[in-house]
Amino acid sequence: MKAFTRHSGVAAPLRRRNIDTDAIIPSREMKRVSRHGLGEGLFAGWRYTLPGGREPNPEFVLNRPEYSAASILLGGDNFGCGSSREHAVWALAEFGIRAIIASGYGAIFYTNCVRNGVLPVCLPDADVEALAQLVESDPQANPVAIDLERGEVRCGTFCKPFEMDSASRHMLLHGLDPISLTLQSDAEIVRFEGARRARFGWAFSPLKSNASEGSQDVEKMKSTES
Amino acid sequence: MATTGASTLFDKLWRDHAVCELDSGETLVYLDRIFLHERTGAIALQGLRAAARPVRTPQQVFCTMDHIVDTFPGRGDETLMPSGKDFIVATREETAAVGVRLFDVDDPDQGIAHVISPELGLALPGLSLVCPDSHTCTLGGIGALAWGIGSSEAEHAMATSTLRVKKPKNLRVCFEGALSPGVTAKDMVLHLIATIGANGAAGYAVEFAGSAVRALPVEARLTMCNMAVEFSAISAVIAPDEKVEAYFHGRPHAPQGEDWQAAVEYWRTLRSDAAAQFDREYRIDASTITPSVTWGTSPEQAVATAGQVPDPDCIADPGRRAAAQRALDYQGLRPGQPIDSIAIDAAFIGSCTNSRISDLRAAAAVLRGRRLAAGVRGVVVPGSRGVKRAAEREGLHELFTAAGFEWRDAGCSMCFYAGGETFGSNQRVISSTNRNFEGRQGPNTRTHLASPETVAASAVAGFITSAAALADMGEPVQ
Repeated sequence: MKAFTRHSGVAAPLRRRNIDTDAIIPSREMKRVSRHGLGEGLFAGWRYTLPGGREPNPEFVLNRPEYSAASILLGGDNFGCGSSREHAVWALAEFGIRAIIASGYGAIFYTNCVRNGVLPVCLPDADVEALAQLVESDPQANPVAIDLERGEVRCGTFCKPFEMDSASRHMLLHGLDPISLTLQSDAEIVRFEGARRARFGWAFSPLKSNASEGSQDVEKMKSTES
Repeated sequence: MATTGASTLFDKLWRDHAVCELDSGETLVYLDRIFLHERTGAIALQGLRAAARPVRTPQQVFCTMDHIVDTFPGRGDETLMPSGKDFIVATREETAAVGVRLFDVDDPDQGIAHVISPELGLALPGLSLVCPDSHTCTLGGIGALAWGIGSSEAEHAMATSTLRVKKPKNLRVCFEGALSPGVTAKDMVLHLIATIGANGAAGYAVEFAGSAVRALPVEARLTMCNMAVEFSAISAVIAPDEKVEAYFHGRPHAPQGEDWQAAVEYWRTLRSDAAAQFDREYRIDASTITPSVTWGTSPEQAVATAGQVPDPDCIADPGRRAAAQRALDYQGLRPGQPIDSIAIDAAFIGSCTNSRISDLRAAAAVLRGRRLAAGVRGVVVPGSRGVKRAAEREGLHELFTAAGFEWRDAGCSMCFYAGGETFGSNQRVISSTNRNFEGRQGPNTRTHLASPETVAASAVAGFITSAAALADMGEPVQ
């Protein structure tokens, strides 16, 4: 995974509450069984004039020349709520977004960001608004600098500290692969699983016959609801 | 909590799945079941294959075709969504390669993951379950520890049988008192989200409790927990009780004999201790809740069906005001407009929120002797083939088709638009689904979320209305 230590770049304000992952990448833009080729579909519903089309909507922030090099998004509260589709983060990363600054995130989206080297910074909404106003006056002359080691967002005279849970911070700073890390605890997983099987045998017993057999006797299925 | 020794239900479930505490401050949480679907399952399995990582316990992993599979009767691998077949075929190949049980397009047990997992007894109270789908929190309704994840986490889950998770805080929402007749779990949860906000449970696992929740049938509890993600909850849970025991007894994959006794004995410990401390609590008087519907483009933008579209100028918070104005523009509504003046073009009954047999019975009861209003299109999509068979045994399909509804095969269908089916641009849909986001059901499609009863009543009236209000307009013809 791509590490994140510090980054400075043009920030684009997209200050709406509850920007959902359907908006970040509409399902219709997820055309292939792949993590790639998604950048073009980023914000497709807002970015293009017609559904499925590719004619840029000049009103949309990322289509305006002063934001064409944007690598940071300034979002509204509850950014990335909704669907768990990791395609939203893949699309953002492929487009060139390295960080998002917002007052809150959808929980699954937040983890997806961390797993893909995209930094989700939490700042109070008033601070994000102040930053947006600063940026809007001249986006290219006012790049936003984010330092994850120091936990700091800067833009001219604007300087605010931010906090991040230590696990996500560590993962991002070092670009770690969580699966490799967890596999180091394999002995503990094996021990736990053995104890769980012993104590909660019922949780595993129905699976013995499951693996590749055909359908169960579906007529046994209850249709009544208590 | 540590000082009193009293635990919340969520804490108990967490503790029983905690492999170890990690230096990072996360817990390594053991996963009893992993569910996949064709939209993202193949990508996760391909990722594992590319990294030469085996699926650790394939017998604990299940996959279904639900997201983009067609729901037309007699369907195959072809879908209206361009390239949809690629997802289906890739999923079939990848699951076969690693020995994961697949509920394929033609499987008699196929259906929406969150509908079939309890229906078949694959999800059980006290088990942990994850799926790369945000509505996995549905399974909290039976007392499972369940939450939605992304594709990278799905790979981690399959490779290690665990996830690294920071423990969420505890939130309890108590619905106390009796619901008014005709008020459903969907109305309860829409009312909650509208009252507290779509970000109301960010950072929390929510327990739904109180007398009105205990009074809910099991499937209604699944509906309530399904919408917890729209409330930003990481997970949701309801204490399993004798109704849940009765629901699972005899299910195809439920424990049997001595195992059943041991399971039930454990399930009866799965409740918050009386002295358990919650980080936050809300209390809602259930008797004040009325049939509800969303007017905007976030589930928090909901009102009573007897109410009016809000005026953004009366909203103090600038962010919420701007969101409301934007939503009104998208939805083509004006401030102060009575909800029952909003004409609809289509009615959709389905999705992991409301497609179970009890949902179909409730909608059918409203439709009995009635017909779709002129010009309104109606579609019913059972959540699983099991639900479909059960409904057909009861003759519900005949009732739906007599009322003018299309009767479909199982799947997620038009809950969301993947490039295939949609009700169309500027079409207004009353929908028993979970998301009313811009473009969710298709480009410029306008969605109003409601209970299956309200969807059915509105379909008959031709405008948004509750079943009770429809009944006041006159008796059915037969």
